[in-house]
This record gives sequence, structure tokens and C-alpha cells, in this order.
Amino acid sequence: MTNALEIYQLLPKTNCKECGKASCMAFAAALLSREVTVDDCPPLKEDKFKENYEKLSGMIKPAGEASESGMIVHEDKCIGCGNCVVACPVNVAEDPHGAGSGKAPTSENVILRVEDGVVRLSNVNQCRRFGKNKIMCNGCIVTCPTKAIEFV
Amino acid sequence: MEQEYYVCTGCALLCDDIEIEVADGKISRVNNACLKGVARLKECEKPAECRVDGNNVSMDEAIKEAAGILKNADNPLIFGMGNSTSGAQKKAIGIAKKLNAYIDDTSSFCQGPVIEAILGNRIKTCTLEEVKDYGDVTVYWGADPSNSHPRHLSKYTYFPRGKERQRGWEEDRTAICIDVRKSDTAIICADKFYQIPPQADEELIDALIAALSGKVPKVSFGMGPKKILELANLLKKAKFGTICVGLGLIYSLPDVEPLVRLMEKLNEVSNFHLIPMVGQFNMRGFDHNLHEETGYINRAKFGENGVEHGPQCSVVELLRTKSVDAALVIGSDPMSSLPGSIAKELSGIPVITIDPCVTMTSAKAKVSIASATTGSDSGGTAIRMDGVEVDIKPMINTNNLSDEEILSRIMEAL
Ligand code: SF4
Ligand code: SF4
Ligand code: SF4
Ligand code: SF4
Repeated sequence: MTNALEIYQLLPKTNCKECGKASCMAFAAALLSREVTVDDCPPLKEDKFKENYEKLSGMIKPAGEASESGMIVHEDKCIGCGNCVVACPVNVAEDPHGAGSGKAPTSENVILRVEDGVVRLSNVNQCRRFGKNKIMCNGCIVTCPTKAIEFV
Repeated sequence: MEQEYYVCTGCALLCDDIEIEVADGKISRVNNACLKGVARLKECEKPAECRVDGNNVSMDEAIKEAAGILKNADNPLIFGMGNSTSGAQKKAIGIAKKLNAYIDDTSSFCQGPVIEAILGNRIKTCTLEEVKDYGDVTVYWGADPSNSHPRHLSKYTYFPRGKERQRGWEEDRTAICIDVRKSDTAIICADKFYQIPPQADEELIDALIAALSGKVPKVSFGMGPKKILELANLLKKAKFGTICVGLGLIYSLPDVEPLVRLMEKLNEVSNFHLIPMVGQFNMRGFDHNLHEETGYINRAKFGENGVEHGPQCSVVELLRTKSVDAALVIGSDPMSSLPGSIAKELSGIPVITIDPCVTMTSAKAKVSIASATTGSDSGGTAIRMDGVEVDIKPMINTNNLSDEEILSRIMEAL
């Protein structure tokens, strides 16, 4: 998963405050939590930062694509290994003999499943990170070898 | 309706829970398979065509030309077959016998020695289902299944709940990775990743044996005795341990003996099994089938006085010493998998390929024959990396001949 320092490295690092933040580092943190978008840094749109602008746009998916639980799946990184599918405690509870035992999901109630080689979300309201009673489950994040899952 | 499941032939894990959707006679969707499997089962980017000298020909003409080349050769070589069913492999062995040909496969320069040791009962092994039900410690040594066999951890070794492993991966199972670099699999193993320099595997094996014998382990690289003892203790405490051996380990060992030593020691103090991380979906099947026929798993030559076997019959030696004058390559791409200097020898002799997709080898071959893709277009049986036989049924109907049918027709034409 991307971290603030990685984002910072790609910013102009001039602390010009045009974005309304106190520093580029503060902007990087805000970008990570999707409080702002890449386009909110005007200098970044100048020609000399073109490459960095594109890199950052690729790295930071807009929050609009996040599910209600805040989960963002970077489909281009997912290899369909199914680790997250089998590790997710909700999948295990809903489908112990299918998804929970490493096999094809046999229940409609699972959150994660692999379709055409890429993980897909459904029933996100069942995710332990959903709603006001949410708990900081990270089963799908820590088991992903390619860092394809991120929460904002 | 009961869900129908198919087998993925993307690698030797042969996942058997694949769901598909078909539209217009083509596979439009593949579920539960990893990306690698999907790429294999959906149509190839460049489907092969039957060609002779670069010109399109009919299947009949291609087969006739192939048989002609093989008949005229004094020392033909048959190579590949890791992506063929056992039925096709047996046909290929039959052709080799008839032609007094050399026959070899990719195990000759990868997992061969390990499979030989398993078939000879020198190394204890088990099935992946047993690992799923009982396995508490799994070691990936010189292997990165996240890239080579993406569902290995999720389907069998680390993540699934099994009979005696119901409490989940965080509590019930330990995954260890030993490798020269921090691979994707090493990332999942987190603090159970043991990084070693290239070629240091045998040294670590001997240090582990020392540690398991109650001695103080020492290695010449930056891994202190404490770290090695900690690893040895993890292995010692395993109720059901498995070492999954990858090419990184095999390539760094002079032969299989250090592994045999380690397995013997481990089974004095613990309970350990070994599974080779076989790549092509039925490479292990070829080794079993040739073993049944000749007593050898690869590197064989049929002749009037029985079967000759040895390093001189390996594909690499045969090409290096220019000992073959024609090659039949089945479902394999030696031009891209063999070292360049060896692969280039293939350009000097007539090559026949049987493959569903265009490969570097088939593009340069004198005769290329287009076959069905086993798994999607044709079926049969194959032997999974752990030695379990798996039935494969085709997903769709095509007019393409399977490699087994093509080999039967070549045999008839000989
Ligand atoms: S506008 Fe861009 S360059 Fe200026 S402080 Fe904000 S992030 Fe840094
Ligand atoms: S956060 Fe937890 S519950 Fe939600 S999808 Fe990931 S593993 Fe499942
Ligand atoms: S663990 Fe990561 S790579 Fe594997 S299926 Fe889930 S999101 Fe994709
Ligand atoms: S792990 Fe291998 S057999 Fe399983 S779906 Fe992926 S490529 Fe196919």
C-alpha cells in the first residue's frame, strides 16, 4: 500500500501552500486519506511535473471508487490468488466449507470472491469495517501479496 | 442447479473448483482461478496454425511432413510434454520407442531429482489435502508461489480451514519463507522470512541439521546462531510440517543429497514432508509415466539393446554436443526456457512443434501443428505436483485435435 512518504517524494516539495495545506507533507497525508485529490496541487499540473502527476494519479484512486467500507481494490495489481477471499473472517463465517476452506465460494453472502482472475466485492455492508460498530479488521490487507487492497 | 466445476491447467496445482461461463462457443468468464489460470484457459493471444516452412497447411499435410522428418532422422529427440495429458505422454513415449529416439522433459533441468527421490521412497511426501487438514508449518524454500502457483497458500497450505486446523492462519499455521530475495510470498510470511545469499542453501541446510542435533549452528553469512536456532525450533515443534521446494533451492544444490539429509534429520525429531513446486501442469505426470515404462524419469534413449539413460541424454547435453538431428517439441517452448547458447542449436535442425499457441519455438519451427488447449478444449488425466491424479474434462467443444490425437496420427503415419 502507498504511504505518505512515497506520495511526498512525488510532490513538488516547495511547501508553497497553494493547496491550502501547511506543507507538501501535510498535503501528502491529506491525499492518502482522500481528503483532497491530486488535482488540488496546482504546481503539480505544470509541465515539469507531468510524470509525477501521472504516477500519483495512478497510485491514488479517487475515494469515489471506494466501497462503503472504505475499501479500494487496485484491480491492476490483483493476481487473483484468493488469499483475501479465504482469510476474510466474514467469508469464513458465511461459507466455512467453501471460501473458508480454500475452495470456490458456495454462498452468495461472501464479501470477496475472484472473478476472471481479479477480486470482486459484494455485501460490503457485512465487512467488519462497515458502519458505526466497525472494528479494524485487516485480514484482506495483510494477506495480499501485491498490496492490491487499501482502505481509506 | 448443481454447480459444475472444472480443472485449471495453468500450473501443476490443478485447481479443481473452476467455474466458467460460455458464450458463442467460447469461454467468456472463468471464476475462482487466479489470473495466471484465466490467461491459460481463455483463448491464446496468438493461436497457432498448422504451418510447414512458414506456410499455412492442412492438419493432414503437417502430420505427414512431421512423420517424414522423424522417419528420416537418425537421432531424433522428443521433448516437452509437461503441458500434455498422461495419455498424450504415453503416446509420445510410444513414438520414442518406435523411433529409437531420445526423450526428455523440463524436469531434466528442474524438479527431476526431487521427483526421482520421491518415487524412490528416499523422501517422505504427502498430499496437499493432508497439508490442508493437518499442516501447521509450511516452508517455502526457493519458491515464490504468489507468482508461480498463486493459489498455493490460499487453497492448501496457509489460509484454509482444514480438519485439525480450524482456528485460522493467524493461530493455527505458520508459513516460513527461505529465499535470496524478499519475494511476494516472503512478504506474507512477514517475520518468518529468512533471507540468505545466493548459493548458500546447502550451508543453511547443514546449519539446520546441526541445530536440530543440539549443536550450535554456524554459517559464513550474516545469520546469527540465534536466528538459525529459532528456525530449527519452529521446524522441530511442527506436528505436520511440509517443505515446498522451489527452483531457487534446486538450482543452488549440486544434487538432491543435502535435501535428503535434511529430511532424514527432520523426521528423527519432527514430522516433515516434501512437495516439489512443479510448474507445468503435468510435468510430474511425464516423470511418472516414463518411470513406469523405463525405470527412469527423464534423459532416456530407446535402442535395440534396451534403454540408455544418463546426463548425455539430457536435452541440454544433446543440443550442446549436436547429437540429435530432429526434434519433436510438445507443448513446450525450449527456445525461451533453455539458455540462449543451447537454444540456438535448435535452429540448426528440423523442429516440429505441437502447441495451441504461437511460441518462440513454434514460430521458428519447420513444422508447427496447432493443438487444442488441454483444460479448456480437451481433457484427460494429469498428475498434480503432489502426485495425485486429477481428471480433466474439457470446458468447450472445438475442432482442434488434442495433442494425444495428433500424436496418434503421427504414430500411424510413421
Ligand atoms: S500546492 Fe503542491 S507544491 Fe504547494 S504545498 Fe501544496 S502540495 Fe506542496
Ligand atoms: S476488512 Fe476484514 S471483514 Fe472486511 S473484507 Fe477485509 S478481511 Fe473481510
Ligand atoms: S489477496 Fe490481493 S492479489 Fe490476492 S486475490 Fe486478494 S486482492 Fe487479489
Ligand atoms: S494456481 Fe495454478 S491451477 Fe490454480 S488457478 Fe492458478 S494457474 Fe490455475
